[in-house]
Parts: sequence; structure tokens; C-alpha cells
Amino acid sequence: MTGSVVRGLLACLALLLAILAGVAIGETPIAPSVVLQVLANKLWAAGHLLDPIDEGIVWNYRLTRALVAAACGAGLATCGVVLQSLLRNPLADPYLLGISAGASTGAVLVALLGLGAGAITLSLGAFVGAIAAFALVALLARASGPSNSTGQIILAGIAGSQLFNALTAFLITRSASAEQARGILFWLLGNLSGVRWPSVWLAVPVALAGLAVCVWHRRALDAFTFGSDSAASLGIPVRRVQVLLISCAALVTAVMVSIVGAIGFVGLVIPHAMRLLFGTPHARLLPASALGGALFLIAADVLSRTLIKGQVIPVGVITALVGAPVFALILIGRRSAR
Amino acid sequence: MNAVTHPLDEAALRCTGLGLKVRDAVLLDAVDLEVRRGETLGIVGPNGSGKSTLLKLLAGLRTPTCGEVQLGSNALRQLPRREVARRLAVVEQQADTSDAINVFDAVALGRTPWLSALRPWSADDHAIVQQALADVDATHLATRSWRSLSGGERQRVHIARALAQRPQLLLLDEPTNHLDIQHQLGILRLVQALPVTTLIALHDLNQALTCDRLAVLERGRLVDVGPPLQVLTPQRLQATFGVQAHYLTDPFDGAQILRVRSS
Repeated sequence: MTGSVVRGLLACLALLLAILAGVAIGETPIAPSVVLQVLANKLWAAGHLLDPIDEGIVWNYRLTRALVAAACGAGLATCGVVLQSLLRNPLADPYLLGISAGASTGAVLVALLGLGAGAITLSLGAFVGAIAAFALVALLARASGPSNSTGQIILAGIAGSQLFNALTAFLITRSASAEQARGILFWLLGNLSGVRWPSVWLAVPVALAGLAVCVWHRRALDAFTFGSDSAASLGIPVRRVQVLLISCAALVTAVMVSIVGAIGFVGLVIPHAMRLLFGTPHARLLPASALGGALFLIAADVLSRTLIKGQVIPVGVITALVGAPVFALILIGRRSAR
Repeated sequence: MNAVTHPLDEAALRCTGLGLKVRDAVLLDAVDLEVRRGETLGIVGPNGSGKSTLLKLLAGLRTPTCGEVQLGSNALRQLPRREVARRLAVVEQQADTSDAINVFDAVALGRTPWLSALRPWSADDHAIVQQALADVDATHLATRSWRSLSGGERQRVHIARALAQRPQLLLLDEPTNHLDIQHQLGILRLVQALPVTTLIALHDLNQALTCDRLAVLERGRLVDVGPPLQVLTPQRLQATFGVQAHYLTDPFDGAQILRVRSS
């Protein structure tokens, strides 16, 4: 028990340091001490005398950005773990399964129809799109052959992604003004630029709640190790757990996509790395993946802002640059494991 | 040993009129079968005769199209999955994983139906897992990774996982498939020494002779149940399996051996 408390404290420390670094590093570097003073001022009115511009950058731009990055990374990595465990497929990831693409379509539809463009309605639209995409992909995979072949659902996911990306493009071309279109396309690639405090208040609770639901079902997830029949024989109500946890993953993905766009590969890279480090039991794997995802996306965001001077690369580009080679490694690793 | 003893008055598991239809194909047709407490009941039959289907229905992993399964004094479909898993464990045919799980954790999965948020992992669970590993003679494998195990070792770990559920009933689907002969015999001896009621689908008829009773399936129908030598008659083997067979006596221990030829 004390061991897990120590690990929990270390995890929090790592997360705080990463957020601190994410806030401090940028085109105008801000000293960590200044960052801490800003936090002290804002959180308990410490009254340090600071440059209001620095204060504004730290509090309204960089901190929100780092917090949303952390929440998104944690949420997407959690989704990856859950999908991989439930579908018994090491390549399962919200992005590769088309869930992110469906969420994008849903969010774009809501935005273009102007159905009250609040964060919540965008998320709801994204959620409907995500569920629709997953249902389509799952049906396609089932119709296309024996249920256990790992390639099938990934191929179905590619078909689903293409379809929903095409739908999104169609919607944009048909209904968006040039300016809207530019904004949407930039957002689609995964972009943390626009996030402010309201996004934080949506992303962080959703990520934490998603993680909590999954950790609550950790033993059920463990029980899927040898497939769903095995899980059922271990006393897991398989269909109920699948529906609940996949809906949960779709909801978390949808909320993240509606805030920052479709960021790929976090759910693929992080769970695999964490399995190597911490083993397969979900009691450890889920919190470790959430933490790893948070650190990864904060780092990716820092890179996206600093790699090219004066330019911001969409953060989805960075994660894909890391993720695609990992995807290849997993494919190769699977062959040699046979 | 991992076992719970019970009064011998009622059948451990019973099905009546059990059937499964998928589209127009009848996979299982009106099977009535009773598994008595403490016995080892073997299920034999040619490929596709419905052995795995019957086990899946009896374990509640598939829903039958018609008929009823009775686990002890309860209807199976009225029991929560968790309650079923506390009484009945299943060893599937070659269940595999690509996860890098280690043997101890794989066996520990057997404790799932007994654990909850209010009843976390305890020293008792640890001891039960250790005992289950010892029962299948796999204590030395505890820290090995699943991927590094041979087929026979994997099957033993599956059985240990099932034993860690502390079931009254164990259902095994051709557990000796794809194993070399030494491991086949090892697994069978192990299963028969277990003090639990056992229902086991078997491919090898000579191995089936060692069960207490045998049930013979033919194209989804149960055609005979009884003591092995009364059930596996030359006529039955001709009719159901399409082979000519007669019994020889082993001069070593006097046991009956089936000699089979294609007809």
C-alpha cells in the first residue's frame, strides 16, 4: 500500500514538473520561478510583483495549453488501453479505428449548422459522430470475416476514417466560408492554440472521469486477456462491460477531438510503452498510461511550438511523426512473436 | 487442493432439451444430460458433432435456442455471471493472448469472480493462486512470461487459472489437443486427480476410456451415455465414428485398449 502511495506521489510530481516545463518553454522563455510566482499570485493571491504580460502569457495561454494537453494525452492513452484490451487488438486506437474521424465529422456538423457553438454541444456532436463511426467500423469488421482476425477491424477502421474524413471535407466545402474552412482544417490536424480556461474545465474533468471509470473496471479489463469467452467464464458481464467502456472511450475521444482536433497515435504509442515498463495488469497500466499520455502530449506540444521558429506545427503532426514508426514496430513485433 | 465438497444428492449440472440453431444449421439438438457430483464425464464424438457447442452452452457462454441448463439447484440463465464463475470454471481449447502477461498474473485472473471494490486482493487470494500453481505442478513457472511457455505448459496454466476460481465444476474442451503424448497423459492424469466434478471433451477414444462415464455426440444429438466400455462398443464406433474397432487387453495391467481401423 505504501508503495502505491509513493508511486502516486511520484506520478503527481512528474506531472507537475512537466506542466511547469510546458509553461516555461516557448518562443519567449519564462523562468520557472516566474511561472511559480504567477501561480502563487493566481491561486492564493501571493502578491508578487510581475510583468502583467508575462502573467497573462503564463496564466491565459501556456498554462491552459499545458493542462489541456495533459488531459488530452491522458484521455487518449486511456482510450487506447481500453480499446486494445476489449478488442484484443494491439493496434486498436481511437484514431486508427475511425472514432476520431467520426468525432471530427460530428463536431464540424454541429459547428457549421450553428447549433449553439458551445463547447458542450460541439462535444455532443462529436460524441454522436464517434459512436456512429465505431458502430459502422465494428459492423463492417464483423461482416467482413471471422471476428478474431486482428487485421479486419483495422482495415474497417481505415475505411471508416476515410469515409468520415470525406464527409467532413464535403461538409466544409459545401457549407463553410473560406475563413471557417481554414480554421477547421487547422483544428482537424490537432491544434492546441485556441484553448482557454473553459476548455480546461471540460477536458480535465472528462479525462479524470474517464480514467476513474476504466480503473473501476480494471479487473474486468484484465479478464479479457484471453478473449471475451474467457472473460465471460471469469464472471464478467461481457456485453455490458464492452458497451460501457467503449462508450466511455468514445465520449472521452469525442470531447478531446472537439477541443483540440484529431490527434493520432497517442492511444497507440503510450499504452505499448507503458506495458513494457509496468506490465499488463490494468491497475497499474491505466494510471501509468494516463500519466505517460499527459507527459507525451505536453512534450509534443512544446516541440510543436519550438521546432520551427515563429511557426506552430499542428501537434497531431508531431504525434504522428513519433507514432507511425511505433505502429510499424508493433507490426514487426507481432510477426516475430508468432 | 482447490476444491469444495458438497452433498451428493443432486446433479452438479444438468441440461434438458438443450438445442442451438444458427440460421438453418442445427448445431445441437435436444440434448438431455446430467453431470453427477464428483464424476469425470467425458464427451466424445467426431469433429463437428457439437462437443464444443455443448460445453459453451453448459457454461453459459452461448445462449441456447431452446432448452434449459440447471447448475445445482438454479437455472443457469437466472444466475449472475459472477455467481456462475464462482461455481463453474472453463478451460477453453487453446485460449491464447498476445499480451506479455506472466504466469502468476494469468492464474490470478481466476480470482476475478471473487474480487470486488469492497473485497480487494488479499493474502488468501495469493495463497489460492500458489496452491493452484502447485496443483498443476507449475510453481516453477510463476514468474515466466506467457509467450515463453510451451503448449503443454500453457494448458497447465489455464487449468491452474480455472482451479483458482475454486469451482465445484470444471469444463474442459479438448485440453490435450496439439500436445505431445507425454503432456497429453500428464494433463489427463492431472484432471482426473482433481477433486472437482469434471466435464471434459476428448478427441482420443483410448483417453476417453479412463473417464467415469462417457457421453457420445453425433451430429448435434446425444446418442448414448454410460460407462465407457458399455458406450464405446464396436457397433457404436462403426455407426458414429465410421471405424472398425475391437478391444485388446493390455498384458501389462489388464486394461482394455481400443484398436481402430478405417472401415
